[in-house]
Amino acid sequence: MLRVNELSVVFGQGHDALTAVDRVSFMVEEGASFGIVGESGSGKSTVLRAVAGLIPDWGGEISIAGKPRPRRLDRALARRVQMVFQDPYASLHPRHTVDRVLSEPLTIHGVSGVEERIERVLADVGLGSAFRFRFPHQLSGGQRQRVAIARALVLEPSLLLLDEPTSALDVSVQAEVLNLLARLRRERGLTYVLVSHDLAVIAQLCDRLAVMNQGRVVEELGVAQLRAHEPAEAYTRQLMTASLGYDPEAIAAFKDFSA
Amino acid sequence: MTASDLLEVDDLHVDFHTRAGIVHAVRGVSFAMGREKLGIVGESGSGKSMTGRAILRLVAPPGRVRARRLAFEGEDLIAARESRLREIRGKRVSMVMQDPKFSLNPVMTVGRQISEAYSVHARVAAGEARRRALDMLAAVRIRDPERVYDLYPHEVSGGMGQRIMIAMMLIPDPDLLIADEPTSALDVTVQLQVLAILDDLVGRRGMGLIFISHDLNLVASFCDRILIMYGGRIVESCAAGELASARHPYTRGLLECLPRLDEPRDPLPTLKRDPAWLAGKV
Repeated sequence: MLRVNELSVVFGQGHDALTAVDRVSFMVEEGASFGIVGESGSGKSTVLRAVAGLIPDWGGEISIAGKPRPRRLDRALARRVQMVFQDPYASLHPRHTVDRVLSEPLTIHGVSGVEERIERVLADVGLGSAFRFRFPHQLSGGQRQRVAIARALVLEPSLLLLDEPTSALDVSVQAEVLNLLARLRRERGLTYVLVSHDLAVIAQLCDRLAVMNQGRVVEELGVAQLRAHEPAEAYTRQLMTASLGYDPEAIAAFKDFSA
Repeated sequence: MTASDLLEVDDLHVDFHTRAGIVHAVRGVSFAMGREKLGIVGESGSGKSMTGRAILRLVAPPGRVRARRLAFEGEDLIAARESRLREIRGKRVSMVMQDPKFSLNPVMTVGRQISEAYSVHARVAAGEARRRALDMLAAVRIRDPERVYDLYPHEVSGGMGQRIMIAMMLIPDPDLLIADEPTSALDVTVQLQVLAILDDLVGRRGMGLIFISHDLNLVASFCDRILIMYGGRIVESCAAGELASARHPYTRGLLECLPRLDEPRDPLPTLKRDPAWLAGKV
């Protein structure tokens, strides 16, 4: 479904050039769910943005469903590849109703049956038509993220890019959104690429994951391997230890992997 | 004075009087603490941050703080004048906020901000304040204090910014530190390293610490005792080690709904909120 080969992204020029993504390669089968985990500045979101077409300038190859991704805007591709962003407080227009948020992509792509599609997608994300004419400020954080997911799904994409979709939410709401994402993938046969800093969230939703640090993929492994505490790389093991909570002895042994 | 007399809070309320009516953010919170690490855990809107702010009476109008008793080392903070509160804030009780980007003055070097925090309360010569600030930077494990002293906040990383905040808050040598999500904006490894520094300094100085966070597991592993808040009230209070045997359905629900690495569950249990948790007089 998605093939990323030797992807590099450089921001700035000459002296100020910063290599945010450095020759990253991975493959995601159709219907699979792939996770990318890393700390801030690791380049994990930049990979996703390049795949989504939000970064115009990158090196290497990205191919989606067997076709190379063009560097310009591609409407047909945009319809098949949709993204959900981290913060639903920032990603929804404050003065657009849910109805407008959901109908705009349909209008842009000239899709018919707007009425039924909106009703159906709202039901699918567990909101119902009562929410259709509300503004974002009339919704809770979890409800907003459901609207953002509905906006991504309304075009019936096959590949969904999820950039920290639950990081801005309370843990009880996070559980609901993770369950929703798992159900939608099962029902619609979607392919996911999920970016998160949280190993447990990745393990909940994905089958395989890549660990990124300083723009590079440190390691790619299966979730079963992760759960069995068998990552090969010291960096991944340190991330795992850190996710277990406060332990002064373990922290004293932390190494700096930023060099 | 007994061990739990550093801070006494009895029936604390924070109300916001708005045009649309009165919003009760904190509804009768009571606890007492000594020189220990006390965690306050809750989700957004639980009133945990407001509780922390209300202790220092840092609630802006239309918010109002009232309590049957709010006392720091026996001194009544509800009756205290604003001038007395200014002496207590910073020097006796200080506060670390969530994001260093918003808490540090962007047009002042970090070193000057730290030495200012000291000289406001200690009335010492500028040279002495500078020396103390450099010592404090070293204490929060900043490798090159002389260089960092002259940096502006935008020139330091998030983890370093938060260590600078901690240095600034600990330099007047307070007896109680209130830390509101002090590490939530940081990467998990950096977060733990900052906590280790905080733990060490708080322990060595014999201070009390109120650690406010949404992260139940982190608080359980870091603090001695935990208060769990929901809807402006404390629904459960327990020793950190006994969190696993917590009884309140809200606490249990919060623990259950976390995705875990060691125990896959699909779907995740979700939290069923019982309106009864919110019921009762305010």
